[in-house]
Amino acid sequence: MSIYYIYQDHNRCIGCYACEIHCKTKNELPVGPRLCRIIETEIKLIGGLPRQRFVFMPCFHCEDPWCVKACPTGAMQKRSKDGIVFVEHSLCVGCKSCITACPWGVPQWNPEIGKIVKCDYCKDRIDRGLEPACVTKCTTKALRFISASEASRLKRESFVKETYASLY
Amino acid sequence: MNRSLYSVCGMCSVRCPIRVEVTDERINWIEGNPNVPGIEHSLCARGSSGISLLYDFERLQYPMIRIGPRGSGQFKRASWEEAFKYVAEAIGNIQSQYGKKSIALVDRGAGLFGEIQRVFLRSIGSPNYFSHDDFCRKNVDLAYQTLLGYGRPEVGYDFSNTKHMVFYGRNALESLGVREANNIIKALSNGARLTYLDVRVSKTATKATKFLQIRPGTDYAFNLALIHVILRENLFDREFVERFITGLPELENFIKPYTPDWAEKETGIPSYEIVELAKQLSADKPKVILYPGWFAARTMNYFYNARSIIILNALLGSIEQKGGLILAKTPKEVGAKGLNSLLERVPAPQEKRIEAEEGKGFLYDGAGHILHLFRAIKTGQPYPIKGLFVMRYDPFAGITHKDIQELLNGLDLLVAIDTNYSSTAWYADVVLPESTYLERDDMIGMQRGAKPTLIMRRKAINPLYDTKGKWEIFTGLAKACGFGDYMPYESIEDIWNYQLEGTGIKIEEFEKTGQVALCKDPLMYSRDDLRFKTKSQKIEILSEKMVEREVPYFLEFQSPPKPDIEKGEFKLVFGRIAVHTHVQTHNNKYLNEIIPENDLWINDQVAKQLGIKDGDIIEISSDDYSAKIRAKVTPFIHPETVFMYRGFENEVPFKTRSVGKGVNEGRFLKGAFEKMAYGSHTGVLFENFIKVRKA
Repeated sequence: MSIYYIYQDHNRCIGCYACEIHCKTKNELPVGPRLCRIIETEIKLIGGLPRQRFVFMPCFHCEDPWCVKACPTGAMQKRSKDGIVFVEHSLCVGCKSCITACPWGVPQWNPEIGKIVKCDYCKDRIDRGLEPACVTKCTTKALRFISASEASRLKRESFVKETYASLY
Repeated sequence: MNRSLYSVCGMCSVRCPIRVEVTDERINWIEGNPNVPGIEHSLCARGSSGISLLYDFERLQYPMIRIGPRGSGQFKRASWEEAFKYVAEAIGNIQSQYGKKSIALVDRGAGLFGEIQRVFLRSIGSPNYFSHDDFCRKNVDLAYQTLLGYGRPEVGYDFSNTKHMVFYGRNALESLGVREANNIIKALSNGARLTYLDVRVSKTATKATKFLQIRPGTDYAFNLALIHVILRENLFDREFVERFITGLPELENFIKPYTPDWAEKETGIPSYEIVELAKQLSADKPKVILYPGWFAARTMNYFYNARSIIILNALLGSIEQKGGLILAKTPKEVGAKGLNSLLERVPAPQEKRIEAEEGKGFLYDGAGHILHLFRAIKTGQPYPIKGLFVMRYDPFAGITHKDIQELLNGLDLLVAIDTNYSSTAWYADVVLPESTYLERDDMIGMQRGAKPTLIMRRKAINPLYDTKGKWEIFTGLAKACGFGDYMPYESIEDIWNYQLEGTGIKIEEFEKTGQVALCKDPLMYSRDDLRFKTKSQKIEILSEKMVEREVPYFLEFQSPPKPDIEKGEFKLVFGRIAVHTHVQTHNNKYLNEIIPENDLWINDQVAKQLGIKDGDIIEISSDDYSAKIRAKVTPFIHPETVFMYRGFENEVPFKTRSVGKGVNEGRFLKGAFEKMAYGSHTGVLFENFIKVRKA
């Protein structure tokens, strides 16, 4: 797994899809491939209140990525310094094995170039000391670019905060 | 070559401050201005998609003059000189026959940069300026003016410090401004309450701490009962009320019959919820915001509804209050000199606007009522309007085909000025393409608030096509009409320098952050220094303005007619989605990819009775129009209502991604433009019934 993680604060996320467009404009993508996605859940009544989640789905940058193993040409690679999984376009032949291999459907087909494109956490931005486009410009700052260990700490803390009343 | 500059977004009317990066004369990054609190790099989906608007082939690229019948889409390409000359001649012919006042201009509202078109209109001697506000905020605007003497843009809302927000279908998290959304989220994370009333569960409702599903058209009944409880139970801010409100005994008398039990029957909201809300608001006062929002062209009573909301704020003492409503300060009040107005260089027109001939019984302000304009075009009464300029606004995308035809029949000249190939442009005689906000400079604007701030839009790159900035279009038109002396500007710097003359502020100062504040800290008045801009300097429930215009102070609630649900009849309600701006953005390739078409929300119990299942294609119709749309069957909408996101079903074939996709709610607004709201003569868009049946 990469040393990074994109944490989504569901209380802040308003499901506005800005992350998807920030990503598409930054990566100059055609219509079709969407490197990160917001997936809406159905509205439900929770404690008498209508609630809905807008789940952010980027690449998870696995420690042992299915897509890398499935790639016959070595185009799909994991960056050694930080574990970012990315496509080297000069090697990609457009065979789509990675699409089949990834349990989350992360690799995307780019019909303009006949190759695979995927979320690489905007590694060019990271190398300049910046954060991925989706995080940088998130409308309500619901996305945070943090370390994987910080992510689990945040998740645990928010769990306690949200269930606080029921702990008594 | 890389460069970065500060500017102002133009994808919707919120106009968020942005920073733009240009590499080798190509824009490859737009983000929210990192220097502005509440923005800090953030941008919405539409903001980022400005890049795909800029590089889109499917937008207006050069001036055009119509050669075929109106609506045939047959135009010839024209040079700017040719187009200006054509328009100037047509204006000359119309004015010599019907007088100077027979030319009108309508836009989306003056906004930050909107003075320039009014300068042009004044230059050619016409008083007939209109904004789209009648279909939007005008009820709120007029309600504020009658009570406080301030207009809607002069009232800010301190969401980030509030304890309790009440929204009436103000879907602030989908009909989106970046800073406002962040402040609302901040308040919620600090433990503030959000009571949200709507006919359906919007995304804003999914963040609310209390959701009240209200029967359509009864917001006013709810508020009357809320006022009733607050007065009866002594839940108001006595000190504030005694010092600042006039007309309380009359209000108490008027409100007597409107009990929570009565309101329950009208609204469907249990009376105990109304009593509970009144108590909560009283406990949370004065840090409460009952938000009248923007779009208020809903029902016949909505001007009075907007007044009731503002009266509630006043009763709870939340006006000019941290965590409440904050009044804008003029440059003079903060000890600065403001911008010079370009309008002042032009003598005021001699003739009076349409309204002056309409008699009394309704209110008006700086922009005329668009419903009066439509009527004057159609009927020639009270006097003919024969030439119409439509500036960055698309009325023809939101009305029925019959209305379009009647308006066209009345007009000798229709000029559309826009970046988007709008429906109005499709029917126009002359189309003048405006450069996108990334390719044009605009005049300096002032953001009003407790800390008035000047903000500048500058072009990031030169226009890609044969388009011009707004200031160039209108100075060009003025010159062609022989009134160039009133608009003697050769460059944007001429305008900026004129605006800034005497302020001590230089153009270069905008380079640092894109903004120049007129004072260091926000100015707020203590209750000892607080004066309102009414004649009495108080909050006038018995408004002087209303007396003068013979408009009654109070309006009794009339129960709205019920649609015949069993027969598939519903009230049509529509609204905004976060990835689209009204009718402007549906052809943007990235935004279109996310939401290409709309569906129709319908209550699950009712749908069952009509044999409609989720995902079915259904037919919706008014008397003279029908269309097919996909049903979204959900328990989270009031049974009397169907809902759709607005602005779809573009009819301009040139825009290939969006043409014919989804359904346009405007085509169903049969007869809507003959209805004028009580007291305000604004549009009434949520009182239309449509029929729904299985296709």
